[in-house]
Amino acid sequence: MKRMVNLQPSRAARIGLGLLPLVLLVLAYWLASDARLAENPNDKLMPAFGSFIDAIERLAFEPNKRSGEYLFWNDTAASLKRIGLGVGLSALIGLVFGIACGLLPLVRAGLSPLVTIISLIPPMAILPILFIVFGLGELSKVMLIVIGISPFIIRDLQGRVMEISQEILIKAQTLGANTWQIVVRVVLPQVLPRLLDAVRLSLGSAWLFLIAAEAIAATEGLGYRIFLVRRYMSMDIILPYVAWIALLAFAMDWSLKTLSRWLFPWYFGIGASDKASTESTKVAERTA
Amino acid sequence: MTPLIEARRVWREYGGNIVLENVNARVNAGEFITIVGASGCGKTTFLRMLLGSDSPSRGELLLQGDTIPDEPGPDRGIVFQRYSVFSHLSVLQNVSLGLEFERSPLLARLFGTSRRNAESTARELLTTVGLGHALHRYPFELSGGMQQRLAIAQSLIKRPEILLLDEPFGALDPGIRKDMHELILGLWRETGVTVFMTTHDLEEGFYLGTRLWVFDKIRHDPDNPNRYGAHISYDIPLGKCQPEVLDEIAANRVKATHAGRSDCR
Ligand SMILES: Nc1ncnc2c1ncn2[C@@H]1O[C@H](COP(=O)(O)OP(=O)(O)O)[C@@H](O)[C@H]1O
Ligand SMILES: [Mg+2]
Repeated sequence: MKRMVNLQPSRAARIGLGLLPLVLLVLAYWLASDARLAENPNDKLMPAFGSFIDAIERLAFEPNKRSGEYLFWNDTAASLKRIGLGVGLSALIGLVFGIACGLLPLVRAGLSPLVTIISLIPPMAILPILFIVFGLGELSKVMLIVIGISPFIIRDLQGRVMEISQEILIKAQTLGANTWQIVVRVVLPQVLPRLLDAVRLSLGSAWLFLIAAEAIAATEGLGYRIFLVRRYMSMDIILPYVAWIALLAFAMDWSLKTLSRWLFPWYFGIGASDKASTESTKVAERTA
Repeated sequence: MTPLIEARRVWREYGGNIVLENVNARVNAGEFITIVGASGCGKTTFLRMLLGSDSPSRGELLLQGDTIPDEPGPDRGIVFQRYSVFSHLSVLQNVSLGLEFERSPLLARLFGTSRRNAESTARELLTTVGLGHALHRYPFELSGGMQQRLAIAQSLIKRPEILLLDEPFGALDPGIRKDMHELILGLWRETGVTVFMTTHDLEEGFYLGTRLWVFDKIRHDPDNPNRYGAHISYDIPLGKCQPEVLDEIAANRVKATHAGRSDCR
């Protein structure tokens, strides 16, 4: 028998092992829900799976009686727009300031203390300020996400830029590059995959700030809906919404990972060998 | 005639740590200087001062009679032992990059005909160094020897006056080293570039250079090894010197190693 640390699951076993806890969880819910409903058919805490389907059917596939809108998709679109804007803006800010602070000692000296201080302020504590300054509209929600995650991205990226070996920066200078050219041809491409890593890591916080802002002041959005229906203890809506948020978060993370592998094969050690071999035969044919 | 490089009483100290003391040298264009010496003797420090990424703390280091600029430039190329190619660029892009910096100030990127021109120049050079078959590979797909070939080609595309090689073949297998020796000698003859190359391998130094420098400390203070710096203790024109001198250097090194001084103390 091999040591535990050396035992590797096969591909099939890995998938099976991954699904097992999920299946067990669903099963446990089912049993518990059944037991509670048998005792009290009006129990709202653990609705049956059928109630989830009913609730989603109502919200997603029937127009709302008052507004005529499909609430589920409306909420999804509103939340995705906010988180997309917030995360996109944060990535851009993180990229610009991260590179500037990481590469230019003068900028670092000027900005690093400020960024550190801002990153230490709990963003939720300044949410009221955001509402006062930016109003209760879309801007304040996007700004909460930006203020919440961009200091992290800036600091992470600054670190990544400073990790670029001195030899590489010196090498670029011996090839005649000025500072701007070093940024666009060396530093930027080297840290872009790392930016996507940082963005993936900050998605969890971004969702947190989004839901918080929507819970407090919004008229649509996934977080708004959950907190709205809480008044009626509508677990049949809350639980599917939570599952949907988890799925969206997973899909965003997965897309960023896939995008990164596709854009930056060198970062993942994915070779261009196959492409290269066809290219070199072409070259050989041309020269022949 | 002004020499290409002249060192006048050059010192380099880091705080109380004296690394180089009183280095004097004159080097003419076209020479191939090999530099040997125990590790920590300031060989890399000297190359970095020639490169401009470090400067003397005392004395003068002159390039064609003027103080060497205090930052790196395209007239002085460098190949480090490792990490000197761009991991995010293919072999061909690594070499044409030098031309793109020069010809496209704003984007540092060429398009259309000018790009094809730059690429064909790069391709020619890459074929010379034996990488014509690997143009579209990324550096991580290359062996150590191929990476160094790439780094050399990358430096030469700028037609530098001076090529600095810091233990460039130190990490390579002996067989591959032999090939690299022929490559670098061929390129040196062809381009007329002035080479400064540090190495741990005395034989490599003898074989490649037109002139061999040994960096060593003249004085030792056993209680405070940083008290005195190294200087050029031997400056030997190769090919013309007596074999005894080379034996003497080798013997000195063996003695130092036996005395427990494998590094520069
Ligand atoms: N930036 C620096 N700051 C402080 N000490 C340094 C610095 N660079 C080099 N040194 C010191 O200089 C000495 C010589 O280093 P180096 O030139 O790398 O030697 P070599 O290349 O001959 O092995 C070492 O003792 C090293 O600690
Ligand atoms: Mg060294």
